[in-house]
Amino acid sequence: MSKLTITTEGDRFVVVKRRFAATPEQVYRAHTEAALIKQWMLGPEGWTMPVCINEARPGGKIRYAWDNGKGGGFSLTGEFLELVPFSRIVHVERMHLPDPTPDNHIVTTFTADGDGTQMTMRMTLPNEEVRAAILASGMEQGMETSYARLESTLFGARS
Amino acid sequence: MHSLDTAFFAISDPTRRAILARLTSGEATVMELAEPFSMSQPAISRHLKVLEGAGLIERRAEGTKRHCRLQKRGIEAMEQWLEMMHEAMSRNYNRLDGVLATLQRETRKGRQR
Repeated sequence: MSKLTITTEGDRFVVVKRRFAATPEQVYRAHTEAALIKQWMLGPEGWTMPVCINEARPGGKIRYAWDNGKGGGFSLTGEFLELVPFSRIVHVERMHLPDPTPDNHIVTTFTADGDGTQMTMRMTLPNEEVRAAILASGMEQGMETSYARLESTLFGARS
Repeated sequence: MHSLDTAFFAISDPTRRAILARLTSGEATVMELAEPFSMSQPAISRHLKVLEGAGLIERRAEGTKRHCRLQKRGIEAMEQWLEMMHEAMSRNYNRLDGVLATLQRETRKGRQR
């Protein structure tokens, strides 16, 4: 099983990386075809994705909704800005909780890596609160002992 | 109930993160907290007020001294949020591994035909 890493780059970017044992074309398709997205983008155990609209073309809309089966859930909307099959997707998205969160600008790239694909998702978080959430991972040395769990969460030590 | 947003704003500042880091090793007075920084006590007190407002620390007076310590609940809420995010993403991508494996089998079958 491949390791998921979430790290910060400067104070504006959050970078998510994951390697997959499949071709860039397959990984790209799994990110742009609703029928495939519905099979994996489900979040926590027990959640379903009753709405999965993905118009994979520049200007195309994204609309996802999740349901926890207990009356809870949330949705996400977005727009595609740029698509380069099968290597690059640029889009913006926001969550509705139910108030919309600030727009998150995301560049996702798929690069052939041996017989697999390295995915890199670079998120630009314009909002200080959102960014700080991630920066919490960079908490100074002293936090390490008491909050090792936090770090292992963010840097994927347990994945 | 303190909002997570307030907590995350509170830790967006390096001085405040350093203060939290110091407090993980135990309670401290405002003076002790001010020491490592080239900052006045009132400046430190302002940072402490933000941290307290976010539910991350609590302050108590003992005689003339003011002691600060971490407030577990605020820190835990933050930790939970981050953990949830990582959990959800890990689960998603582990499932995606399965979807991709199926795609690959289909591709292979297609080639054999």
